[in-house]
Amino acid sequence: MSNTLLILILLGLMVLAYWLGVRRSRRLVAGSGGVRALHSLPAYYGFFTALWCGLPALLVLFLWVSLQPGVIRDLVISDLPEMERALPPAQLGLVINDIQNLAQGNIVSAEVNPAMEQAAAHYQRLQQTGYAASVVVVLSLALAGLSLGWRLITPKFRARNRVESVVKWLLVGCSTIAIFTTLGIVLSVLFEAIRFFETVPITEFLFGLEWSPQMAIREDQVGSSGAFGVIPLFAGTLLIALIAMLVAVPIGLMSAIYLSEYAGAHFRAWAKPLLEILAGIPTVVYGFFAALTVAPFIRNNGAPLGLDVSSESALAAGLVMGIMIIPFISSLSDDVINAVPQTMRDASLGIGATHSETVRKVILPAALPGIVGGILLAVSRAIGETMIVVMAAGLSANLTANPLQSVTTVTVQIVTLLVGDQEFDSPKTLAAFALGLLLFLITLVLNVVALHVVRRYREAYE
Amino acid sequence: MNKPAVEQMRTIDRVNATLKQRYNRECRFRRFGLGAVLLGLLFVGLMFLNIIGNGYSAFQQTRILLEIDYRAEVIDPTGARDPATLSSADYAALVKSSLRALFPAVQGRGEKRELYGMLSSGAFLELRRRVMADPGLIGTREQLWLPVDDDIDMLVKGYIDRRLPESERRLDNRVVAWVEQLESTGAIEKQFNLTFLTGGDSREPELAGIGGAVMGSLYTLIVTLLLSFPIGVAAAVYLEEFAPRNRWTDLVEVNINNLAAVPSIVFGLLGLAVFINFFGLPRSAPLVGGMVLTLMTLPTIIIASRAALKSVPPSIREAALGVGASRMQTVFHHVLPLAMPGMLTGTIIGMAQALGETAPLLMIGMVAFIVDIPGGALDPSTVLPVQIFLWADSPERAFMEKTSAAIMVLLGFLILMNVIAVILRKRFERRW
Repeated sequence: MSNTLLILILLGLMVLAYWLGVRRSRRLVAGSGGVRALHSLPAYYGFFTALWCGLPALLVLFLWVSLQPGVIRDLVISDLPEMERALPPAQLGLVINDIQNLAQGNIVSAEVNPAMEQAAAHYQRLQQTGYAASVVVVLSLALAGLSLGWRLITPKFRARNRVESVVKWLLVGCSTIAIFTTLGIVLSVLFEAIRFFETVPITEFLFGLEWSPQMAIREDQVGSSGAFGVIPLFAGTLLIALIAMLVAVPIGLMSAIYLSEYAGAHFRAWAKPLLEILAGIPTVVYGFFAALTVAPFIRNNGAPLGLDVSSESALAAGLVMGIMIIPFISSLSDDVINAVPQTMRDASLGIGATHSETVRKVILPAALPGIVGGILLAVSRAIGETMIVVMAAGLSANLTANPLQSVTTVTVQIVTLLVGDQEFDSPKTLAAFALGLLLFLITLVLNVVALHVVRRYREAYE
Repeated sequence: MNKPAVEQMRTIDRVNATLKQRYNRECRFRRFGLGAVLLGLLFVGLMFLNIIGNGYSAFQQTRILLEIDYRAEVIDPTGARDPATLSSADYAALVKSSLRALFPAVQGRGEKRELYGMLSSGAFLELRRRVMADPGLIGTREQLWLPVDDDIDMLVKGYIDRRLPESERRLDNRVVAWVEQLESTGAIEKQFNLTFLTGGDSREPELAGIGGAVMGSLYTLIVTLLLSFPIGVAAAVYLEEFAPRNRWTDLVEVNINNLAAVPSIVFGLLGLAVFINFFGLPRSAPLVGGMVLTLMTLPTIIIASRAALKSVPPSIREAALGVGASRMQTVFHHVLPLAMPGMLTGTIIGMAQALGETAPLLMIGMVAFIVDIPGGALDPSTVLPVQIFLWADSPERAFMEKTSAAIMVLLGFLILMNVIAVILRKRFERRW
């Protein structure tokens, strides 16, 4: 909380610095031709001073806040009795945790001994010193920056160029966040996945036919083999995605053809946005619909036909996922169909083809690469979709092609393994990251291929 | 001489022979297309009807009119009006005695327990709240509408069939008779359910509300907006206005396009590994949720903002540069204001996406059972879609109604946001 106050004070100082900078620049040229004698507008001198005042101080504050806990931890450890310092890292971490809790007045798991109390007091003292020091350093840095910026101001000083280059670097920084996000995703899943592959061989993970992520706590426990074979998960994912595509591709493609080739402007104007409502509905709503309406409906209607439908059948999840993907396919296909040049339609109609023949024999072949790209994107979406399958598909990993049975998917397993309390070094939680890595790579490949195909196609007609 | 005429006849004959078939095929194709559109629309209609049909009744809650006697010897035997005594007094006893007064014929422990069970187990909290707010009530009597248990609520709303044999019903004949007696005197009725809109989560359906989840969603969205709008606009401005065309910017662009299609759950894994495990930020906090959703919505905002910048004609830039503005001034004084409506539209659509997102938030622990309404971005909280997910798992029939109603509220917010985006686009969009 106190860091918030410090940041507020810094912001106040920056406002003050702006005002001082503007005033100084105006004063400097008051006698000699006014503002026109300055290189930049007065506001830029203000911004310049404010930047000098704020930027270094904020940077130092940020570094301080992120480094202080580690430094204090090391200091506390070095002050602990010899015996505790020799503990393995995990136990040492527990001790440090207890000391921190003790210092904050929380409940402590271990019994409190004098050495720990002493350490807690030490910890508290260090933290207070650290905070006081950070306030002093940050504020003096801000004031020093302010006076430096203020001194640098002369009528000839190129304040605008300086400010603009700072702003430009900020813009560059913001644009690299996309790269850092990708990097962050890759690194965070990769590290945990590598740790996972240390306990479970990668070949067993990729080609194993059995998935039951329960690890035995005791050696003699029954039914907790801890099998991490990913094949059944992928079979389930692909089965559900296939059902979804069987629903979404015909409906989506046909409605795109109808809306772009046949429908009048009026019908199109209200039917298209209505269809696109489907794209805006949150997936959790689809999940609810699948689990509480569609799944019971299929099961109740399957029973009289002599079909034994599981209450968490792949069919229900796939159907609803298909509904979700309809607008995705239809709007992408709509785009590519509209991009086919009108001359090709005219030529086909001119030699006497009917409208539907034109669509089937001329427009669709021309638009095919784009449509295929769109379908690939939709498949990647179906594979990565989480909430529908979490709510409507099952948990048991059956290796089956029967859509009436319950299957599980990669995303369902990630959610099941990671929701709730977890310890971070059991293969069970690490398996989730390995699954995440696999999911990321597969969707990445699908996306790259799809985007490439779509782009190539667009270029062909532009 | 009539040879070509014969050939012409032949051709037209060949055309005519298949023409009917071709027209039929044309007609069929057209019907298929129309059928596909109508099927899609049917799905939209079906989902809305299903959800509204299930959920509209949750906006009403059945209550019983009771005559409460605030007996001083129960609430405050010493007469000191000490808040601690007032808050720990046995208000449930007051409710029970009022119920007994309403049904004097009820005898025996089992029967009495069943009678008390008609009211919500949290009904006495309302008494406590009233007494704490106004201790002057002690010693007086007043008529009060109190919420009933969820089973009675379902009975009154007609979800439990009274004609079923007793053994197949959740409620036995005695309770149904009591309810019917109350109905005949008008002492039981459905009233607007304010608890649902303002209350926190609860294990009791009749006390559960979406207030906490709505506040959690609000804090999460505020964090998302504060982070993603400036960063997204800055990135778009750089890529569209300043970036040289080289490998680096190509890399950035490829990354942005790919991130837009990465499954949302992967962002949850990133948040778990980086924000929570590495930086040690608190679990279940809207701050972390907002940061994860920021990374997820950034591509949407950047792509929309770039399109908006692209649609500003170059003549504006040239005019500004021509009168001596720097490139930075051109962008910030002229191009950006003109592109702002498009950017805002994109941002609102991104926010709507973030509001409906569930999967990444499950990863960072926003899925806990939280009763308190969060007061800030660091308090543990849940969000509206996660609340829907949690309730959808609950077995009680009454929670199905609540889930559908929560979905209605969520969809209401989403529709509102999209309408704002459309209005913004219609009003400020310029064709150059």
